[in-house]
Amino acid sequence: MKRSGIIFAAGLLLITASPARAHLMNSGFGPFYDGLVHPFVTPIDLLVLIALALLAGLRGPACGRSVLFALPTAWLAGMAVGIVWTIPAVPMWTNAAVAVLLGLLVATDRPWPPMVVAALAVVIGIVYGAANGGELADREVRAAAAFGIACSLFVTVALLAAFVVSLKPDWTRLAVRVAGSWVAAIGLLLFGWTMR
Amino acid sequence: MASARSTQYVMACIALTLAWPAVVFGHVQTGSASGIASGLSHPVSGLDHILAMIAVGLWGAQLGKPAVWVLPVAFPVVMALGGMLGLMGVDLPAIEIGIALSAIVLGIAVFVEAKPALWIAAVIVAFFAVFHGHAHGTELPEGTNGLLYSIGFVIATGLLHGVGIAFGLVHQWPAGKVALRAAGACVCIGGVYFLYGALA
Repeated sequence: MKRSGIIFAAGLLLITASPARAHLMNSGFGPFYDGLVHPFVTPIDLLVLIALALLAGLRGPACGRSVLFALPTAWLAGMAVGIVWTIPAVPMWTNAAVAVLLGLLVATDRPWPPMVVAALAVVIGIVYGAANGGELADREVRAAAAFGIACSLFVTVALLAAFVVSLKPDWTRLAVRVAGSWVAAIGLLLFGWTMR
Repeated sequence: MASARSTQYVMACIALTLAWPAVVFGHVQTGSASGIASGLSHPVSGLDHILAMIAVGLWGAQLGKPAVWVLPVAFPVVMALGGMLGLMGVDLPAIEIGIALSAIVLGIAVFVEAKPALWIAAVIVAFFAVFHGHAHGTELPEGTNGLLYSIGFVIATGLLHGVGIAFGLVHQWPAGKVALRAAGACVCIGGVYFLYGALA
């Protein structure tokens, strides 16, 4: 995917954002740990993260390595943007569209080149990172929290993608694809919720 | 001797199914926690839904690869589509009848060990999944967290298919085949009961 295409897609998603409703939770251990747990207490971030890691793992070690570095880096860049301009939360319909897209990509298991998956990770990282940045905007110690979030993403993608790469029996890969179909189903239901 | 024991097991299964407590259609529990707990509990709150979803797993196990994973993929995705229509307020006719018919058709398919082409099985499953999804979509409480509800709902549905598939693994043994067909008959009987309730 061309760089201009990525920037256009990320920009399009950012300008449709809705007002922020979530803030970083207080873990009691300081801003770094607040950031570290953030993806695990933010269901949509976790859903997107898991789906992306499954996709990267299914596409093999090269793709896994690309996403491993592309996603946290893009997320960090997005957070920087979000902190500066106080970007609001990602709208529900965008969450739904991302879930359907990632879910279908995992479920269909087509041989997408690693660069395409990495480019997708960059777009998603910028968009969701920007929304996270908006949540950090009112905090005094932002850098440590942002670094905590990026570390959390890195470790999660590393563990999950490596686990999927290591799966050899056919049925285990099918189980991953079934999980992808569940993500797509969740996305479809979310679409319904946005139009309720 | 073994045959007599198998028959006893089948009879015990039928008796257990008939003794199942109060008939419940899939409606949200009043006052239940919103979000993921509500989503997890909704698919298992109605026997009509449970029967159909487990039957999908049973049929998939009977059909073998690749149906064993295609059907449980088709059902949640298309059911979510039905749920989306329900949430959007799109009316579908005869929802409860469709749900009851799904149990009857899927039960018969398991009972007779029907082995249609994969696409036909997928279309049958997907067709009925719309009714189940729509029923769930229109019965959701206000104020529920949409994302968490959806996650819980899809996971519970998938796990019900998993129960069916796990039970369907007995298909590799002769006695297991009989047990599966008996389970199909039970599902069909349950479907007839729900159809009666829907038409009455």
